[in-house]
This record gives sequence, structure tokens and C-alpha cells, in this order.
Amino acid sequence: MNDSLGHIFVDALLINNFVLCVFLGMCSFLGLSQKFSTAWRMGVSVMFVITVSGVLSYGAHLLLAALHVEYLRIILYIIIIASTVQLTEMFIKKTSPALFRELGVYLPLITTNCAVLAVPLFQDSRGYNLVQSTVFAIAASGGYCLALMLLSLIRERTYLSDVPSLAKGTALTLVLAAILSMTFMGFAGMGS
Amino acid sequence: MSDNAVSCHSAAPERNLADDNPFLNGLWKQNPVFVQVLGMCPTLAITNSVRNAIAMGLATTFVLTGSNCLISMIRKMVPKQVRIATFIAVIATMVTVVDYLVKAISIPVYKALGAYIPLIVANCIILERAEAYAARKPVFKSTMDGLGMGLSFAFALTCLGTVREVLGAGTFLGFSVFGPKFEPWLLFLLPPGGFISLAIWLLTFATWRERKAKREIAAAKAEAEKMQSVAVHA
Repeated sequence: MNDSLGHIFVDALLINNFVLCVFLGMCSFLGLSQKFSTAWRMGVSVMFVITVSGVLSYGAHLLLAALHVEYLRIILYIIIIASTVQLTEMFIKKTSPALFRELGVYLPLITTNCAVLAVPLFQDSRGYNLVQSTVFAIAASGGYCLALMLLSLIRERTYLSDVPSLAKGTALTLVLAAILSMTFMGFAGMGS
Repeated sequence: MSDNAVSCHSAAPERNLADDNPFLNGLWKQNPVFVQVLGMCPTLAITNSVRNAIAMGLATTFVLTGSNCLISMIRKMVPKQVRIATFIAVIATMVTVVDYLVKAISIPVYKALGAYIPLIVANCIILERAEAYAARKPVFKSTMDGLGMGLSFAFALTCLGTVREVLGAGTFLGFSVFGPKFEPWLLFLLPPGGFISLAIWLLTFATWRERKAKREIAAAKAEAEKMQSVAVHA
């Protein structure tokens, strides 16, 4: 496997997009994509959390390996993520109270977003070093942000169109996501 | 953290906690996938074969039953402010157990499920049940609720896995369904197939619910007319 930084970046951002190809972070992808304004804010906060917790988890992984207690990794990672989310919450509250009010409801939900937990797990299994881990975390979260924004833009358009009452809501969103996912399959050729 | 950490999905419907049979309630009325639309990641990612779907469903059932039981036991000791963190620690412990359990039972299944076993921690159904049910109810009821919810999750996963495996590979649990001449509909094994087959199931259930509602309305109308005609004749 090609491990150059550029390859890791494109691979995590487009080819194996976290949301559309690996199915991570689905709950927030389907739940928070009604409006573009909330979607991009959520995307950016998740990017921040993933990048910080990704780098911290790399350190945690080294620590666990040194102590030979790898079986504690799930618990340690989830604690790191929960504290990063708490930190982000406090940071946003301090710097931008307006944004905090807007995001208030969604911020704690980032803890149960599986995309955040998946980043350190993938870093582990692929044996990335610190620089590679950072690039991977940024690209993976960027892919999440991109997919969330794209879906929210499409969904805003569907409000004006005549949808059968049965398909309104989740079913329609899933069909839209399927079309987006098929589009992203086109990037698969870039990997080889 | 605020109370909102509980419901992972904004579209989750209001649920009735007063229902007295937690097992059946979880199994059908509040099906986590088809009714509440929770726990989407494993639902879409793991269901490209029936075997994986069943394995994932059982692993989640195990975690959900165990965590509901444990959380219900400690529910009076945990201060309100740190309850979410405590619940997550309990869930993460159960997931670690399952991680090693699956590895011990079957290496091929472990490899097929990959990172999705540790990711059970982040499955919103489990934290949602812990907060909405196990933190308030006695141990036995909570355990039954976890079992019912977990099995209904497994049922939903198997439904999706069946559609995807039968159409995408022409097999069911590895046995050929359509014979050798069948051209596999590969799309259903790929990521878009997951979205499409879940959309199909949701539409099917929506149609069924609408028909049921229409029948009920028609029955109520017929009843009302009958009463009226009785009143006129009298």
C-alpha cells in the first residue's frame, strides 16, 4: 500500500470517504443535514474534534504499547474523545457565544459519532506515524464535512420539489445519500 | 454534558416509557432501525452478507443486555453530572469483552467485522437505552429491554443483509438462491446498495403503516355509520 502523505490525504478524503464509502458518522449525517447553516458548523466542529483527538490518541497508543495494556484502548480512546468534546464546547462557549447557542444541542452528540472513534482505530491498524496520523485525521474529518455539506445542499433543494408523502424524511435522504455515494465511487479509480 | 447527548438522532420519535412489556416493546413497536432510525453505521456497513449481519446483531445484543443490566444496578450510586461518562465507561468495558469474545469464537467473522466491533461503543442505541430506560428502571426490566432492543436490531440487520446478499451475490448464507445463471447485482454489495436497500425497507414499512391507518379510519367510519343508522331506525 502506498503510504505517501498525499495518497493518505486523497484516500481518506475522497476514495474511502468516511461517510459515503465506509459508513461512519451516519446518525449525524442523516440527522443534521436539513440545513446548510447547521451542517457546515457541525462539520467544522467535528473536524476540530477529530484532529485533536486523533493526535492525542496517537500518544495514548504509544503509552498503551509501552505499558503492554492494549486491551484498554477502547476505554482510553472514548475518554480522550469525551474530554476533547468537552474542551471544544468550553472553547466555543468562550470565543463565540452565538455559535455556541446555534450548536449547543449538537456538540455533546459528537461523542457518540463513530467517525471520531474510528480515526484512532484505523491509525492503529494501519500503523501510521505521527505525521501520517495527523494528515489522516484532517483528511478523514474533511471528508465527513464535505459529505455533510453536499447532502445538506441537496436536501435544501428538495424542500421545493413535490415528493410523495410516503418517501418524505429518512427514505428520501437515504436515496439522495445513495446517489452521492455512487458519485464518490467514481473516485475509486484514483487509488490505483 | 447536557441531556441531549441521549438521543443521537434528532428525528427519533417520542417514546412511551410507561409500556409494561419491555421485551416485546423493544422487539417490534420501537424497532431501533426501522422506527427510530438509530445505529445506522453498522446497519449499513456490515449488512453485505447475512452471516456478518447476524454476528453483528448478536454482538450488539450482548453489549446492550450487559450494559443495561449493569447500569440499572448502579443507577442509584451514580451522580447525575457524571452519568454519561460512567455509562460510556460501562459500555466500553462490555465492548472490550465482546471484542475478545468474537476473536475467540471465530477469526473469519472477527476479520470481516473489523473496526466495527470496537465501534459498538459509539452505537447510539446503547447509550440511548442506558439513559432512557436502564437509568430509571429496575434490573430485570432493563435487562429484558436490552435483550428485546438488541434482538430487534439483529432482526433489522438480518432483513437488510438478506436483501443485499440475495440481490448482490445471489446467495443466502453462502447457499446459491437463483442457480449458476444469475448475474449478481453487484451494486447491492457496494456502499450505495446499503443506502438503497434501507430506503426500500423504510418505504415498505411506511406503506404498510399507511394502509393500516387507512383501514382503521375506514373501520371507524363504518362503525359510526352503523350507529347512526341504528339511531335513525330507533
